[in-house]
Amino acid sequence: MRLPRDTTATARGRHTGLVDNLGAAVSVVIPRHTQELDRVVVRFAGDSGDGIQLTGTQFTSVSSVFGNDTATLPDFPAEIRAPAGTLAGVSAFQVQISDHDILTPGDVPNALVAMNPAALRANLELMMPGGTIIVNGDAFDERALEKAGYQSNPLADGSLAAFTVYEVPMTSLTMEVGKEVGVKPRDAERSKNFFALGLVSWLYSRPVEPTIEWIDRRFAGRPQIGEVNTKAFRAGYNFGETAELFESNYQVRPAAAAPGTYTNVTGNTALAWGLIAAAQLAKLPLFLGSYPITPASDILHELSKQKHFGVRTMQAEDEIAGIGAAIGAAFGGALGVTTTSGPGLDLKSESIGLAVALELPLVIVDVQRGGPSTGLPTKTEQSDLLHALYGRHGESPVPVVAASTPSHCFDAAIEAVRIAVTYRTPVILLSDGYLANGTEPWRLPDIESLPEIPVVFATEPNHTDPDGRAVFWPYERDLQTGARPWAVPGTPGLEHRIGGLEKAHGSGSVSYDGANHERMVRERADKVAGVAASIAPVKVDDPDGLGGAELLVLGWGSTFGAIAAGVRRARARGLRVAHAHLVHLNPFPENLAAVLRAYQSVLVPETNLGQLVRLVRAEYLVDARGLAKLQGLPFRAAEIESAIVAAMASHSGPSAGAMFASTTPSAPAVPPNPAVPPNASTPSSTAVPPSTAVPPNASTPSSTRGASNR
Amino acid sequence: MTDVAVPTTRKDWTSDQEVRWCPGCGDYSILAAVQMLMPELGVRRENTVFVSGIGCAARFPYYMNTYGVHCIHGRAPAIATGLAVSRPDLDVWVVTGDGDALSIGGNHLIHALRRNVNLTILLFNNQIYGLTKGQYSPTSEQGKVTKSTPFGSLDTPFDPISVALGAEASFAARTHDMDRKHMQEVFRRAHAHRGTSFVEIYQNCNVFNDGAFEQVTGRDHRAEMLIPLEHGQPIRFGAEGQHGVVMDSDGSLRLVEVADVGEENLLVHDEHRAEPALAFALSRLARGPHEPTPIGVFRDVDRPEYGEAMGRQIVEARQRRGSGDLAELLASGGTWTVG
Repeated sequence: MRLPRDTTATARGRHTGLVDNLGAAVSVVIPRHTQELDRVVVRFAGDSGDGIQLTGTQFTSVSSVFGNDTATLPDFPAEIRAPAGTLAGVSAFQVQISDHDILTPGDVPNALVAMNPAALRANLELMMPGGTIIVNGDAFDERALEKAGYQSNPLADGSLAAFTVYEVPMTSLTMEVGKEVGVKPRDAERSKNFFALGLVSWLYSRPVEPTIEWIDRRFAGRPQIGEVNTKAFRAGYNFGETAELFESNYQVRPAAAAPGTYTNVTGNTALAWGLIAAAQLAKLPLFLGSYPITPASDILHELSKQKHFGVRTMQAEDEIAGIGAAIGAAFGGALGVTTTSGPGLDLKSESIGLAVALELPLVIVDVQRGGPSTGLPTKTEQSDLLHALYGRHGESPVPVVAASTPSHCFDAAIEAVRIAVTYRTPVILLSDGYLANGTEPWRLPDIESLPEIPVVFATEPNHTDPDGRAVFWPYERDLQTGARPWAVPGTPGLEHRIGGLEKAHGSGSVSYDGANHERMVRERADKVAGVAASIAPVKVDDPDGLGGAELLVLGWGSTFGAIAAGVRRARARGLRVAHAHLVHLNPFPENLAAVLRAYQSVLVPETNLGQLVRLVRAEYLVDARGLAKLQGLPFRAAEIESAIVAAMASHSGPSAGAMFASTTPSAPAVPPNPAVPPNASTPSSTAVPPSTAVPPNASTPSSTRGASNR
Repeated sequence: MTDVAVPTTRKDWTSDQEVRWCPGCGDYSILAAVQMLMPELGVRRENTVFVSGIGCAARFPYYMNTYGVHCIHGRAPAIATGLAVSRPDLDVWVVTGDGDALSIGGNHLIHALRRNVNLTILLFNNQIYGLTKGQYSPTSEQGKVTKSTPFGSLDTPFDPISVALGAEASFAARTHDMDRKHMQEVFRRAHAHRGTSFVEIYQNCNVFNDGAFEQVTGRDHRAEMLIPLEHGQPIRFGAEGQHGVVMDSDGSLRLVEVADVGEENLLVHDEHRAEPALAFALSRLARGPHEPTPIGVFRDVDRPEYGEAMGRQIVEARQRRGSGDLAELLASGGTWTVG
């Protein structure tokens, strides 16, 4: 490790020489007034070119290493570089750090770091009175204020009176550092995010070394830039330590976590690693055919780095070729995978249907984003569930698995592969933008304990023809799983032809016979339904035992954290609430019917207009109610909490009809309207339009602009 | 395949499926040519895969006693690419048609050619949509009257060889369904080529576009209308070899009488020329199958094969980093320990 020992802070004359006080070996400085906090939510915001995501990620990483539990929400526009200084160009990163187990990135930031007026304006509505706002004072000139749409300077006009505001000249202090190192002012200015990181690191008593080591590693090839970054970081830290602006700083102690080795992981990385692990467990070579698309591309990037695992990755000419190549690889005996997001799933639909007919193992990863069409490329949504289940012509059922948290993407990938190779079927694995880019500490699994995925290739004929000859029948099914044999080219005597035309059961010859078609449709459906026999029952978190609570909150996918946290809050109010979270969306776990019927009321929060709720109502005839949010952002715990409160207040009255309520950040779910018949097919008539209480631009500045992502 | 195979006959390569093309279809002779060629190639059935898309030609795999996938419209090159790159030990053939390869699947065709995946692509060009009963295709001549173009088609047709060459094809050839020997010779060359081999086959659809190539492939016309391309030889044709091709100073090609220009001034064919301009110029010589048309191998050059290059990256990564260790991977982002 290289540590610059002769650094000199240059944060204005009076701060010169502060670094010496810190000393290179000191890891955590606990200054004069350090307040203990159990959790803190910090939101970094700036221009999309300001390095906000990098800053937030490093703050998270240091906090995790320090032993805090963390949960993050990157929130950035679709444009790579929207016009500087505008609301559309604001990029933000929110992280909650805690001394205890937490489940969400937090509802309300305790501290907002705003690098310019636009960042302040776009994020201010998230803040509660009393919150801390740290702004880069240098950025609040007339032109920037105008670009952000401010009539007057909020730092001077008293509009921030409810907050504790710290105005720090981050740009000029950083440029001073740059001058010392001898880089051009324009280059130096770009290090101001490191100044901010240093300042916030001090404010929350983060250790210094991990960040300096990380800067050394990351900028090893560009030592001069690394040096400016390190000095800017130290200058920011020392500014906090010395400047009299801050009365105190805060300490968030490490969380009590289960013993083990931990890492911080994003959903996309965990998913890529899960695919690699699954390929090893199945002893199959991994082949990925993929086309770049936000927010799924990082899976392609990660797998492309891991060629020494024998991973073949191919950036295809389009989404269709990506899945096509994966199908071809699967026919050849590889673990074929394709990764995409909503628009790509549309394009792959025909090929998924082919894989249903071919009955070959295949994993299709859909990292969902806001739709329809190009929609909100960088924002999260759960609106592809029904598409995953039903988005193909003909009767073409596929198993669907969804990840619940970033690290759960690892397990979900293994589960998707297990189902695909065991049952010889395409499987759709659903993640979303929130899981893909969000991180959480992950206790690393014991590799040895991961269960093997047995794969048996056919090697012998499996049928005798009328002439007594042993022949191979490609659609002769396994009696237990309903899977057809996987005979790969290169196996003598098992030459066979498969294709998209309907096949005669058993022999696999082309068949247009009606009775055979019905039989094959049913065999494929039964095979997929039969997957239920191999999956774990859905767990119910109910302190009073199954059926003890008055209300069950049923979720799937990335709502896990918000629902679990919302349920905890409701319980803290004395409400009796249970939580069940589905990983398998098709088929459902076998115990789901019993679980649903054990509760008087069921609430299903989803970031869509009510897709799972429609499925469970149709499947189980239960009066489940939906809670919808479609703002490109995950639920907040408080939204779940208030919906629980509202639901429990209402169900104690006479039986209520179906409700598909929208949520807003400030409004509780709307009480059910008894006049509305419980008809799941007309949700639009009961859907509550987003209330005007929704901040017009709260952290979704890109939503009004054309997105450049394809 | 270097693997020595047990000798086989056409019967060994023929599946038990009833062939269901229309009687008199040109596809029959192509199927026969392939089934009869396979024993000569010394390859194994289990290592041979035929992949097809949609269209009349796409039924081909069902009739070959090999591994086969009859997939969806236009996607055969993509599916075959995934198979060929993950299984370099296999012989992968793609059977396609003019609609399948050049219309709905145009993108996959050009990218397979660009990558130079080890595939042999046989494009049955009959200048019509047969399976959907007679609409014009991307190779139909302009003004074609069909059910979907009762007043004549408006589109300029593709020349498949020109498309392939434009897409960086390392091997491009043309043959026709009336000459089994010529087909087999071209298929043999295509199979031997490492990379994507592209073969256009003039194929007669006797139901919806009968006689589309008659003016050049008909027995009585061939000598005067087909220009055989032979590497290293002056390009000449005609019953007595009396016609030839010359290249003018501006690079354009022109048909001549050999007697007028002298044999020494004829264009000499060079399949291996790195620059594709000559092959391209030859592909533009006839404006349609009603003018003297070159057949044979237009281009055959060495270029790195995609699947092999992909495999090499894996080998090199393993040499640098060793075979992947999962525990190491999971810890690669930095870890901390609790307890």
